[in-house]
Amino acid sequence: MSANTTPILEIRNLSISYGEGEARTRVVHDVSFSVAPGEVLALVGESGSGKTTTAQSVLGLLSGSGHIDAGSIHLNGEDISRWTEKRLRGIRGPVVSLIPQDPSNSLNPVLSVGAQVREILEIHGRLNRAEADRRVIELLTQVGLSEPELRAKQYPHELSGGMKQRVLIAIAIALKPALIIADEPTSALDVTVQRRILDLIDDLRRAYGTSLLLVTHDLGVAADRSDRLVVLQNGRIQEQGPTAEVLATPQSAYTRKLLSDAPSLAVRSARPAIDANSKPLVTVEGLSLDFGLPGGRRFRAVDNVSFTVRKGTTHAIVGESGSGKTTTIRAIAGFQKATGGTIHVGDTDVAGLSSRTLRPFRRKIQLVYQNPWGSLDPRQTIFSIVEEPLLNFDPLPKAERSQRVEAIIERVGLPTSVLSRLPHALSGGQRQRVAIARALILEPEVVVLDEAVSALDVTVQAQILALLGELQRDLGLTYIFVSHDLAVVRQIADTVSVLQNGRQVDYGPVAQIFESPASDYTRELIEAVPGRTFPHHLHLAAQTAGQGS
Amino acid sequence: MTRYILSRIGQALLVLWAAFTLSFLLLQAMPGDAVLIKFLNPDYGLSPEQIQAIREAYAVDGTLLTQYLKTLANFLKGDFGYSIQAGVPVSAQLAVNLPPTLMLAALGFAAAVGLAVLIAALSSLAPFAWLRNLVQSIPSLFVSVPVFWLGIMLIQIFSFRLKLVSVINPGPWESLVLPVATLSVPIAAPLAQILIRSIDEIRTRPFIAVAVAKGATQRRILWRHVAGNAILPALTIAGVLFGELIAGAVVTETVFGLNGIGVLTEKAVGNQDLSVLQAVVVISAAAFVTINLLVDLLYPILDPRLRTPSGATA
Repeated sequence: MSANTTPILEIRNLSISYGEGEARTRVVHDVSFSVAPGEVLALVGESGSGKTTTAQSVLGLLSGSGHIDAGSIHLNGEDISRWTEKRLRGIRGPVVSLIPQDPSNSLNPVLSVGAQVREILEIHGRLNRAEADRRVIELLTQVGLSEPELRAKQYPHELSGGMKQRVLIAIAIALKPALIIADEPTSALDVTVQRRILDLIDDLRRAYGTSLLLVTHDLGVAADRSDRLVVLQNGRIQEQGPTAEVLATPQSAYTRKLLSDAPSLAVRSARPAIDANSKPLVTVEGLSLDFGLPGGRRFRAVDNVSFTVRKGTTHAIVGESGSGKTTTIRAIAGFQKATGGTIHVGDTDVAGLSSRTLRPFRRKIQLVYQNPWGSLDPRQTIFSIVEEPLLNFDPLPKAERSQRVEAIIERVGLPTSVLSRLPHALSGGQRQRVAIARALILEPEVVVLDEAVSALDVTVQAQILALLGELQRDLGLTYIFVSHDLAVVRQIADTVSVLQNGRQVDYGPVAQIFESPASDYTRELIEAVPGRTFPHHLHLAAQTAGQGS
Repeated sequence: MTRYILSRIGQALLVLWAAFTLSFLLLQAMPGDAVLIKFLNPDYGLSPEQIQAIREAYAVDGTLLTQYLKTLANFLKGDFGYSIQAGVPVSAQLAVNLPPTLMLAALGFAAAVGLAVLIAALSSLAPFAWLRNLVQSIPSLFVSVPVFWLGIMLIQIFSFRLKLVSVINPGPWESLVLPVATLSVPIAAPLAQILIRSIDEIRTRPFIAVAVAKGATQRRILWRHVAGNAILPALTIAGVLFGELIAGAVVTETVFGLNGIGVLTEKAVGNQDLSVLQAVVVISAAAFVTINLLVDLLYPILDPRLRTPSGATA
């Protein structure tokens, strides 16, 4: 980028707060950066860093009580920060547009896809109806949707997540804006879809010379896709500069921490080799599971899956949505009856469990779910949440129960003062620790972690992964780790099964699968992991410095 | 789709039959009967033998099953039997009393929907927080007002004080203004509440942000994006509220002296005029079932997600 071109977007000393009067809290402090024509700027940070708020302010999209306290937002040289709604409406679409975070909820469910693409043409349009219809098809073709005429007539629920994001991209590029704001455009998508969508945005952006403000929590995505990087923490800029430079020689301690915690970028420390003498604890053989569909048809969700998990190791089950990974673990945990095949946990044949023997079996195998916001009863204290599993089995005296609850809470790295609180008073990471404590209080042999770290910020994710590793070493736990994130799997698992459409396409030790995958699908998955362009060799020093902090 | 429609119609018919049977059994279980109430009156001076003969003529004797089957067969033919008290066919009474009630209910319902949409739209477009809060408190106020009190107050204010609506010999439309207003208020309240709540909920959805980012005006967002989605939960409630409407119509007719089903029912209850009651129950049930059938059939038209029940893929 030549230095003398006027930036498309220039934000100077921007401060934003939410709330009125006493409750007012500032979430963006004195933020300044600029985006040159044709440039991709990544705004990186964890939840609460103010990255989305900053991006929304450029569109005048601050929700409800959001307010710009100070600073300016120059778009094409004009300060829009004090503009009226009416003036802002004129630039939303033709000058600056949005690719939103969650494609599944970002299209109106009761309007057809075509109508929603046409709308942006209607609002700013000088096109007549027939021209607009033609342009809609053109746009849908441009974003790589097959059968665009059919898609235009379909409704959002008839499209997959990736297809919906393509429709939203079509809307964003419809009027060839100078700047596109992409707010976590792929964080809700599978990794292979994510890659295709990011490629599409890249291609279209290059073709039109559009600038991109890419908001993301994923340093890997930022590393691959951006020219320059702005790192935000608690609403303040920690660091900014050319992406390669920032990643190679991070100046701020926070950036170094983010880098060392990001699984896709971190240097891999080899896991100790599996003890060949350890006994297989979970054995799955030829597992198949069918679901009945209306009309008597059957859908095979899991098809002939076999694997063995040795005691004290971590087995990862990897796959994209619909691959059958959740169904597989539900069968292992005894929530779902297998159609065919056998599952053994220790000496127990899971298929042979009756409702009477199923309950004691549940002590052996416990689950931790993905969403720490949804898996804890909001009206129970942390104490009663963790205590509850104990009440379901042998009656223990109250004093002993309290003792065990306190011990396990300290074991997962929480102060006992949290026991009297309700879940909403805890952070996401703390809640996930509570969920782990609840799983561990029955002293299970196997813990099934269903995307247990996927909803967490990278630094919190790194802490939870470290905790899980520690617990495994100390308590000899066996983990079955379900994840879509290959980078995390590579970090923490010993063996891995890769599922695609219910079939196991790869199975073996992690190192072997990553080095020489047997199936094309696994290769595609590995290649789609963001952060591959990241210069690993350049900053080993920075990494070790980050790990030391 | 055809299956969906047929199954809904089948369910509607089943509900109707159940309403008929249950009401028949309950009415039969009541002690005494209309014939006794009317003809035991000493003014007639009838002997027990004569009363017995009349009872046989009206076919109020016989086993429960034969009576049930006979009445059911008659209902299916559209013959609702005779009103014992009035001595005329029930269908003749209905011909007189049903149209005013239907008119009142239909207009009351329409007015309630209009009122609810108005309140919800006002609350949604209110430029100031205080105005919004004020508008949002209207539904709770409406819900807590008893119908009979509201009716009397409306007559007092609009007819006697302001003399806007005449109560003596009003025109056919004029006579409906106040009853419709009275009836619509308690129906509009819950409807408005649901609408306001679902509008607020829909407004926080990401697709609204996308619409704003397209440059859409507030008006466009409200009517094109919010309304279509917010109406779905309101529709369900509207069907259920129709039951309330029937109950409300009885009180309203009494207050305003309209000669409708409400008055007919009130008299029939007093006299244990079973044929009339049976007909009223079945007609109310039919109205209720029809409205809910319409709601069910309207759903797939308004919500494309219900048109392809198993076609959705993640």
